[in-house]
Amino acid sequence: MTTFSLNGRTVSVDSPSDAPLLWVIRDELGFTGTKFGCGIGMCGACTVHVEGRATRSCITEVGEIAGAKVTTIEGLDPEGRHPLQTAWLELQVPQCGYCQSGQIMQAATLLKDYPDPSDQDINAVMAGNVCRCMTYIRIRKAIKLAASRMRGVTHD
Amino acid sequence: MISLSAHGLRGSPELSRRGFLIAMAGAGVMLGYTRSGLALVSGATGSASDLFEPTIWYGIDPSGTVTVNIIRAEMGQHVGTALARIVADELEADWNKVKTVTVDSDPKWGLMITGASWSVWQSFPLLSRAGAAGRIALVEEGAKLLGVTPHACTARNSSVHANGKSISYGDIVARGDLRRTFTPEQLQTMPVKSPAQRRLIGKEVMALDVPSKVNGKARYGLDAMVEGMIYARPLIPPTRYGSKVMSIDDSAARHVDGYIQSIALDDPSNTTPGWVMVYATGFSAANRAADLVKVKWLPGETASVSEQDLQQRAAEQIADPNGGSLFVDDPGVDALLASAKRKIERTYTTSTVMHFALEPVNALAFEKDGVVEIHTGNQWQSSILPVLAIALRRGQEKIVMRSYLLGGAFGRRLDGDYAVPAALASLAIGGKPVKMVCTRADDMRFDCPRSASRQVLRLAWGEGNKVAAMDHHAAAGWPTATIAPYFLGKDAKGAPYDPFAISGADHWYNVGAHRVRALRNDLVERTFRSGYLRSVSAGWTSWAVESFMDEAAQAAGVDSVAFRLSLLDAAGRNAGSAPNSVGGARRQAAVLARCAQIAGWGSAMPKDVGLGIASTFGQERTMPTWVACAARVHVNRSNGHVAVEKLTLVVDAGTLIHPDSAAAQVEGAALWGLSTALYEGTEFVKGQPKDTNLDSYRVLRMGQIPELEIEFIPSAEMPVGLGEPATTAVAPAIGNAIFAASGVRLRDLPIRPGAVRQALAHGA
Repeated sequence: MTTFSLNGRTVSVDSPSDAPLLWVIRDELGFTGTKFGCGIGMCGACTVHVEGRATRSCITEVGEIAGAKVTTIEGLDPEGRHPLQTAWLELQVPQCGYCQSGQIMQAATLLKDYPDPSDQDINAVMAGNVCRCMTYIRIRKAIKLAASRMRGVTHD
Repeated sequence: MISLSAHGLRGSPELSRRGFLIAMAGAGVMLGYTRSGLALVSGATGSASDLFEPTIWYGIDPSGTVTVNIIRAEMGQHVGTALARIVADELEADWNKVKTVTVDSDPKWGLMITGASWSVWQSFPLLSRAGAAGRIALVEEGAKLLGVTPHACTARNSSVHANGKSISYGDIVARGDLRRTFTPEQLQTMPVKSPAQRRLIGKEVMALDVPSKVNGKARYGLDAMVEGMIYARPLIPPTRYGSKVMSIDDSAARHVDGYIQSIALDDPSNTTPGWVMVYATGFSAANRAADLVKVKWLPGETASVSEQDLQQRAAEQIADPNGGSLFVDDPGVDALLASAKRKIERTYTTSTVMHFALEPVNALAFEKDGVVEIHTGNQWQSSILPVLAIALRRGQEKIVMRSYLLGGAFGRRLDGDYAVPAALASLAIGGKPVKMVCTRADDMRFDCPRSASRQVLRLAWGEGNKVAAMDHHAAAGWPTATIAPYFLGKDAKGAPYDPFAISGADHWYNVGAHRVRALRNDLVERTFRSGYLRSVSAGWTSWAVESFMDEAAQAAGVDSVAFRLSLLDAAGRNAGSAPNSVGGARRQAAVLARCAQIAGWGSAMPKDVGLGIASTFGQERTMPTWVACAARVHVNRSNGHVAVEKLTLVVDAGTLIHPDSAAAQVEGAALWGLSTALYEGTEFVKGQPKDTNLDSYRVLRMGQIPELEIEFIPSAEMPVGLGEPATTAVAPAIGNAIFAASGVRLRDLPIRPGAVRQALAHGA
């Protein structure tokens, strides 16, 4: 039995402690917004926050996050209106959309560390998130749009 | 930018897993979108007598809601929005009352395919007329209810107006007698609006599928669930065909919590011979158990095939004057080559390219009331249903494919082969719900890649330094021969060809006598299922033609833009025809000239920086999307690294239904072209693709994105394709730019630094 916090709720699962967090979140807890892409932590589709930091859930064993605070795309903002999400909408970033949960979760960490990110900051931090529809140009624009709004207005 | 308030973005109640399971189990519930986002909606295709359905393509209920039935897969192109806008524009519907339903497979929809960038082009005439028919019927009935003549009425915003009075479409449906139907002949000749009268087409709007893709609610095949579902991961044999399972040892897997059993599938359709399914209660357990199950196979005959073998076979076929089919066959090519004042010959190659759609292929299958349901994202239901019928030993009417969003497709899901083992896995355990999920490595080994290609091109100049003849031989896998043989073309002598393995070679340049020979690489076909990859054959035929045009211009001592423009004279068969290619080569010349102008063609470049250009007609002569691309690249002479600094694209795709989505498709297609030009490619080693994950398969990432400038030519012509055409011009533009920057010519894709270094060292 592993107990942790998921999107603000305490959850307990019976999965083996070495089961990947990704599949625990998806299969056991029913939160399917987090996606499976490569299984080796190199595409970023499975990105969630563990204690507020972007983490690849496909290579994170659930036992390792016992007692920790985990946030998925469903819990990033109670209304789904995090500045990144609204920027993503306004610029119509998603195409197929499969990678976008991971992109947004990674970008949320980026903006904590770099409130006014340069292109180089974005290249460095977003390098691990693949988008096969190649929406990179819009992702970059949306990150900058969200960053400018977050600098103007604090978002909780 | 799109207004959020207009979109009605708001928090929606959390859909619990339990709630979702119940919803999915209900009859007639489908994937669909309303203006407030993703919804599980009742289909409009029921027999409800209070529904007005002038055609099968949409219905209007008494509340005025217009439900448009979408038969195309939603895989990033926002196709549902574009198709619904076409209907709504002619119907004069209030966009806020329009929703879409992505339908399940049913013979009544006709050919269900989402590929070749055909969707809008194929649907536009049909859906426009269907919308117009509905408007006419509503106006007639509305006029009766208002007590006026139809001529006094105008339809606007889902209401019929006359003499200051009006009645809504919903009220007409509720109160009127809408029994008017339209014959196919009437629909064929149904007049539609002139471009100036359009209210939705060409205007910006939030695509209906976008909101669910930023909050985790979008439902892909991977997210399909039903009560009691178990998981299976396949163990894939050493060869695509001909492997036989000799033994299965699951003793180690039995210690895995949740492991159920392993079964060798019996596949009468021979789609996935030699597959073993490892069943468990969850995917983690299935994955872990699969790693522990030991299967002994007797491999098929292609267990030692290498990429070099595939190229060697192509070279043999091209060297042999016999064989293949003549896709273009003007008389006199041999004589003109023999008597040429000047001629050049070049060989171009491309390596195997994987799809790497981010969602690994998967499918949920179960039997319910004698019908096998397959829940999965798919691009071509019509091609795989007959195969499923053989595999599952039942009529097609006993199989239904339910639609989901596709986590990337790029042609991978045109081949529905993955539905077969999933359905067999369910039937092997009595029809219980089984979700087959491939790991990334499984997905790559089971991919239907774009095969290696080899092309030899010759150009001859005759009297007056005029281009007199062109000869083009191309060898590659023919996906259509496996997936849909009825789609094969035939040359003048009846020899078959795969149009999707040669299109692009039939370009719009006037080169005098032109011959194109298409060769089916039989070793490719025996080794793996070759597949359709974004822009299909034009991804490599255009690479050859447009690199070759540059080399020919250089050989003739002419500027390469001027050289191309001189050949794009729109004479004879290149004049174009209505409705799809009005203007012909003149429109290709226009995008090329405009692209050269805005990219600064002819201006001085810094050291080791070059500008290269290419221009194409997209993919198919019957549906040309005119594209030009200029690439500005920097070549690092010491390490061979190529940095693409900027891509400039000019596109003429006729009428743009949804301009922002059009731009998004060109952005994506151009960068896909860049990814396959410089990074993506693998090789077959021992009958299998060498690269099976991102640890060694390189794809374009954020840090390699160049500046992108895209311009559309304003046009009211037929809307044509957008998802793929822009890919076709990018690789040759980059190759030509590398030549301009460094003086070396690369003729093999992808262009990796090692090859550039080697070429620089040899001064090639």
